[in-house]
Amino acid sequence: MSASDDNVKDVPSDNHEEGHGNGSIGFVILFFVVGLIGSLLTGWVLFPKLLYSQKEQPIDFNHQIHMDAVSDGCESCHFFREDGSFSGVPTIAQCIECHEEAQTEDPNEIKLVQEYIANGEEVPWLVYARQPDCVFFSHAAHKEMDCTTCHGDIGHSENLKTYEENRLTGYSRDIWGHNIGGFKKNTWDRMKMDDCAECHERETGSKGPCFQCHK
Amino acid sequence: MKENHSNDKANKFGMVIDLDKCTGCGACMVACMSENNVPFKKDESKKLDSITWMHLYRLTNKKPFPDTEVCYLPRPCMHCEGAHGHPPCVSVCPATATDYDKKTGIVSQIYTRCFGCRYCMGACPYHARYFNWWDPVWPEGMENYLSPNVSPRMRGVVEKCSLCFHRYQLAMDKAYHEGRKELEEHEYQSSCTQACPAGAITFGDLNNPHHQVHKMVKPSKHGGKPTATNAFRLLERLGTNPKIYYLSSKEWVRRLGDNYLPEEKTGEIGNHQPKGHH
Repeated sequence: MSASDDNVKDVPSDNHEEGHGNGSIGFVILFFVVGLIGSLLTGWVLFPKLLYSQKEQPIDFNHQIHMDAVSDGCESCHFFREDGSFSGVPTIAQCIECHEEAQTEDPNEIKLVQEYIANGEEVPWLVYARQPDCVFFSHAAHKEMDCTTCHGDIGHSENLKTYEENRLTGYSRDIWGHNIGGFKKNTWDRMKMDDCAECHERETGSKGPCFQCHK
Repeated sequence: MKENHSNDKANKFGMVIDLDKCTGCGACMVACMSENNVPFKKDESKKLDSITWMHLYRLTNKKPFPDTEVCYLPRPCMHCEGAHGHPPCVSVCPATATDYDKKTGIVSQIYTRCFGCRYCMGACPYHARYFNWWDPVWPEGMENYLSPNVSPRMRGVVEKCSLCFHRYQLAMDKAYHEGRKELEEHEYQSSCTQACPAGAITFGDLNNPHHQVHKMVKPSKHGGKPTATNAFRLLERLGTNPKIYYLSSKEWVRRLGDNYLPEEKTGEIGNHQPKGHH
């Protein structure tokens, strides 16, 4: 900004103009930077907050405790039926097998027994991995893979994370992925069609026909 | 893993409909609509609006009494293969909302991908495709009866018969679970096939010589033209190579299956090398 003092004395009018010009460029840069940061914050922080509603699971389920107690790993509760369909989230009938009465004083277990098992009501679990209605996903076709390949290490988690629901589509945030820009590091960070196609192309040589995954 | 998949034997699922057995009762149409969540309206008399994946046509020989004869012809999607897996509808779709699956031979329709331009409807010579002019409105409580295996459609998209593809998906689930990769003939049958009280519809893999459909029509290796007596396909001449075959002992019915010139012999058209008859 400040030119040499000699110049100031010699040509004050020029200096005045120059100073004014430099100042406006500074303002432009300042506004640009403020605007950019503002838009980025809006897009990356505010927009996701507006787009996704946050819901807590009815019961804070501890996978780790159950994993230690069962003999057959994930398939103890998430099993295949005889017709090849996948049971998915367990029903209350499966919980009753062990939890007809509370075994501990854990408030979550007491809630399960008193509010759901006693009344014979299903627990309204919020399913993170639920795909849109037009998607057909066959667990049977993927049963040679490890659960963790797509679901991550959920089996050893001690809490359930907050379920985030897209206010526009009603889908779980796990489908689009946590990163609003769509970047992912792990398989389970995103569950969109492109993610299915990426693996299908790598493993089978083609993305497959539409009806392989649609219904 | 790559080798495994490319060595999978290709199926060619299709149907043989025996028109001599069809009584025109319409059970196939009803079964199809309830199986596939096909929407309907209070007033179904406006046929330009109504959607029938399986449609029943009434044919007559146009002769006066006492020579009048009537034949009913059920028409699902023909699941054309074309020359090399290029059915007319797939070729024109600008959205890739429909494709030909070379593993099963089924022409798909992806409702979430379709944006409703209806080129495919114009391209289909069998009128097998339908446009949803309205959102489906189910009578109160009927949403609970919808099949979870077929996604319902919305206003503005095209739909058509899928050969009950969801039944294939479910049957394959069972096969995978039991460590198989191939289906038994009875494991995958379309809804209309099972509903037909006259047993006029036979469903199976046309590539499999042990399946009934193959034995009934004996499709030729190239182009799939039936070589069995009384067997024909609709509009054979167009080269659409459909996977729905018909049987009829009546010559006038077989002739109605295509646009015959008076001098053309029944069953002689649609060959790759045209034969001189003069």
